[in-house]
Amino acid sequence: MAKVLVVDDEPNIVLSLEFLMQQAGFSVLTAEDGETALQKVEQENPDLLLLDISLPGISGFEVLEKLRNQDAYRQLPIIMLTAHGREVEKEKGMALGADDYVTKPFSTQQLVNQVKNLLDPASKP
Amino acid sequence: MKGSLLQARLVGLLLLALVLFTPPVLLVFDRPAWLGFSGLPLYLFAAWLVILALAAWLLEGSKDE
Amino acid sequence: MSDWLLVAVAFSYLGILFLLAAWGDRRAEQGRSVINSPSIYTLSIAVYCTAWTFYGSVGRAAEAGPSFLLIYLGPTLAMLLGWVMLRKMVRIARAQKITSIADFISARYGKSGLLAALVTLIAILAIMPYIALQLKAVTVSHAILTDYPELPSKLGEEVFWQDKSFWVALVLGIFTLLFGTRHLDASERHEGLVVAIAFESIIKLLAFLILGLFVVFWLYDGPTELFQTAAQKSEQITRLGLEAVPGGASGWVGTLLLASLAFITLPRQFQVLVVENVDERHLKRASWLFPLYLVAINLFVIPVALAGLLLGDAGQEPDSFVLTLPLAAGLELLPLIVFIGGLAAATGMVIVETIALSTMVSNHLVMPLLLRWKWLHLDPDRNLSSWLLGIRRIAILVILFLGYLYHALLGESYSLVTIGLVSFAAAAQFAPSLLLGLYWRQASAKGATLGLIGGFLIWAYTLLLPGFAQSGWLPLSLIEEGPWGLAALKPYALLGLEGLDIYTHALFWSLLVNLGLLIAVSLFTRQKHLEQTQAALFTEALRPEVMQTHLWLGQTSREELHQLLTRYLGQEATHKLFQRFQTEVTAEANRSEEDQLAPPELVAAAEQALTGALGSTSARVLINSVVRGEALDLEAVLSILDTTSQTLEYNKRLEQKSAELARIGEELRSANERLRELDRLKDEFVAMISHELRTPLTSIRAFAEILRDSRDLETDKREHFLGVIVKESERLSRLIEEILDLARLESGRLRLNPEPVDFRQLAGDSVDAITQLFQEAEIKLQVQLPTQQAWVIADPDRLQQVVINLLDNARKFAKGKPAQVTLTLEAWKNNWRLAVEDNGPGIAEEEREKVFEKFHQIQQEAASNSRQRPGGSGLGLPISRGLIAHLGGRLWVEDPKKLKGARLVIELPRAPEQEAKADAPPAAPSEKTG
Repeated sequence: MAKVLVVDDEPNIVLSLEFLMQQAGFSVLTAEDGETALQKVEQENPDLLLLDISLPGISGFEVLEKLRNQDAYRQLPIIMLTAHGREVEKEKGMALGADDYVTKPFSTQQLVNQVKNLLDPASKP
Repeated sequence: MKGSLLQARLVGLLLLALVLFTPPVLLVFDRPAWLGFSGLPLYLFAAWLVILALAAWLLEGSKDE
Repeated sequence: MSDWLLVAVAFSYLGILFLLAAWGDRRAEQGRSVINSPSIYTLSIAVYCTAWTFYGSVGRAAEAGPSFLLIYLGPTLAMLLGWVMLRKMVRIARAQKITSIADFISARYGKSGLLAALVTLIAILAIMPYIALQLKAVTVSHAILTDYPELPSKLGEEVFWQDKSFWVALVLGIFTLLFGTRHLDASERHEGLVVAIAFESIIKLLAFLILGLFVVFWLYDGPTELFQTAAQKSEQITRLGLEAVPGGASGWVGTLLLASLAFITLPRQFQVLVVENVDERHLKRASWLFPLYLVAINLFVIPVALAGLLLGDAGQEPDSFVLTLPLAAGLELLPLIVFIGGLAAATGMVIVETIALSTMVSNHLVMPLLLRWKWLHLDPDRNLSSWLLGIRRIAILVILFLGYLYHALLGESYSLVTIGLVSFAAAAQFAPSLLLGLYWRQASAKGATLGLIGGFLIWAYTLLLPGFAQSGWLPLSLIEEGPWGLAALKPYALLGLEGLDIYTHALFWSLLVNLGLLIAVSLFTRQKHLEQTQAALFTEALRPEVMQTHLWLGQTSREELHQLLTRYLGQEATHKLFQRFQTEVTAEANRSEEDQLAPPELVAAAEQALTGALGSTSARVLINSVVRGEALDLEAVLSILDTTSQTLEYNKRLEQKSAELARIGEELRSANERLRELDRLKDEFVAMISHELRTPLTSIRAFAEILRDSRDLETDKREHFLGVIVKESERLSRLIEEILDLARLESGRLRLNPEPVDFRQLAGDSVDAITQLFQEAEIKLQVQLPTQQAWVIADPDRLQQVVINLLDNARKFAKGKPAQVTLTLEAWKNNWRLAVEDNGPGIAEEEREKVFEKFHQIQQEAASNSRQRPGGSGLGLPISRGLIAHLGGRLWVEDPKKLKGARLVIELPRAPEQEAKADAPPAAPSEKTG
């Protein structure tokens, strides 16, 4: 079972994502800030990250950058989540090597599909 | 002393001299002062010398131009 | 006293004078000038003191009290302006090679030949009586010395060769010829003459002082005795007060003005003051030393006059007291000394005056006429410089002869002073065009000409004609009844103006007409180009930048110029002039010397040299005759002036303008910066709000979709998710409410309903409202309220909103075991202070104001992680501060007192005590623990 790490500082958003991912058949890990997220990546080796950009402490961008700088996580699928709807941020995220970029509020169905696509490209609906 | 300042002072001195040498200031001294003679001539000579002393002080004290 | 002795003494004196002059001239030629001293300059100005001073002052003092002093106070006033005004004239005269007052005035008004001739004519008419006065003084003094104690024989009754004054005039004329016209170039100063004049000034001063000392200390036992003696003969003796002055106070002022103007405008005074000045710095010393000379020469006038009156020799004129006093004492030598003093005074005046006048006559009357005769400058071989000298010599003799004539025909009817004052009044007519022309650029040649003519006619009518009438040449009824019986035209009371003495009367009318015409006509005429240039050069003369040269655009060869100069100046002077420009032309060596073009500087120098000899008008005519093309580069001169005056002014303004522009630019830039900053802040604000709105919206949408898509959800989960939706919706509404609040606060449209509120009760209510949250978070809340009610004026709902916001913030930050928050309400001076303190991490000093910025915590969250994000919009504190400010209070962060976290304080002014509300809770410090 693929492991998805949900990183967001809003408990209710984490709650909703956790539920969605579980429903889609993934096991879910959660983290409320960047530090914890990095630790959990190390320890649990998740298959995909749902990463919010505005986090307390180190931001989502920094987490992304740190992971991409390590060979082990260069290919790790990462979907950025943001409440800022600005194009610059999207571009920045993509440049840093994010696989996808989702603006809050998002369509749950679409998000689940994106996650599935990334984890198993063959199973495209 | 600056040139224009000296000139302004000289003009000021001229105005003072004008006041001293003309009525009504003159009339103040035009009264019997001594033996029935008017004090006017004495006053005029005195004022004259004062003005000249001031002029000499102003002009000889300036080094400009 | 024997006649031959007197004649011998007089001629010896004149001989000494001549030797002195020759010595001065020789020194000047050797380049070792003796007159380069302010003292010599001062003494030469003392040519002002003529026989009129020497004999007439005493006479005037005897008859008219202190009024004689006016003739000397006037020049004192004028000399006070020496450094300001005379210096300007000296500088102009130097730059333009001015030779006389006629030349000066004419040059100022565009080198007008008409004006120069007019000034010359007026000057001759004005000065004639004055020269006559000197002749009379010499003759009379001679007669007194020879005839005493008999009265001097009446003059004018002999045939002229028996008349002494004719011979005096002749001798003086020859003497003047000898050293007045030794050189041609009148502008090359008469150094020898100045030396002689200075010497004469010493002689006359010494003579008068010796006489004065003799009278006071020999005839009388000091001044006290003299005055006491005089006081006893009270009935005949003047009291020396203003009542003795003709015309009283107005006469005093009029004569004072007359003397100050004439001092500058008399041709001889202009000659020594301006033309003969070698160094303008000498004016500094002369400005006070010359008036001091005047003080000295007047010191003994009153004592001598009193002594003369006490002599009681009724037959003797008061004008002769200086001679009759020592004669009466039986002395021989002293009267001789006095005679020499008087001679010195008279000769000095006559010599300088006739030289000045003869220069004017030859330059401005005769030469312009001669220049019209073609043959004069068609004949290149004729050396005209000797002509010029001849003209000048003839002029001297003619002037002296005219003076004699005046004396012989009219002299008897006037006292010395009267003649002098008539001359003064005529000379004063030059003052408006001369002085106004120095400062008023608009003054025009037409205005000056008409002003002069008008003023002169009035002078002639109010002073000269009545003089003729008194001499019997015209019927006396002219004075008494006016011409044809028209009282309004009475010369001494024009238009019925009475009560002034005749000089003040004449001066008033003539100057009024003169000045009025000058100003009015100038305002309505346009100046010609040359006039404009000259006017500018004159008025701006003291500006150091002004170049006083005239540039010539036209062309002429050196040869032609050389011929012209040789003709008028002689070989030597011309050679000297050309040598000065020799070195500069070597570059043009390939052309023969004769064909070379004269450089503009050489042409300008040639014009100046000719001006020195012939006056500016004639020089222009001559130069124009050889120079082809546009003569004067008007544009060049004007541009120089423009650079100096207008352009400087303009530049100054431009500088101010550009400084202003720079300042405005700076302001605009900073305003733009502010606008950009505001724009950036606005963008950021919008982004923040969008972020804050999206966050709850994300949860809401996610759970709503979950609920929609997952119909088979367990009930408790469904309940939970619905609860989240409701909560997040509430958060969303609150946020929107806050944003609206903030918008209203910032735009000033927030409506508050202030009313008296018991802050104590309100604090209690707020605590009650939030207690639940504290209990849930297990935070200890300590509340400390005052014992009495705490009335403030506030909107209760809003105030409660703020207090709850503070408590809620404190709850979020409170940390530790146990987490603690305190609320304290207490009186502070005239205010109530409510403080909320937590034991959280606290707020650093530099952050304390920033927490009141919008979205501060969010921004900070991105920047650092010093504070945990407490959850909240980041608008609470800014809104709270805005609300409290609207209620007239303050909200701030300060050092913690009890706990170690943040301490926020609300301060509201105390309101008057109100009726306690019925439901007010008992006032007691309470403690609530969650």
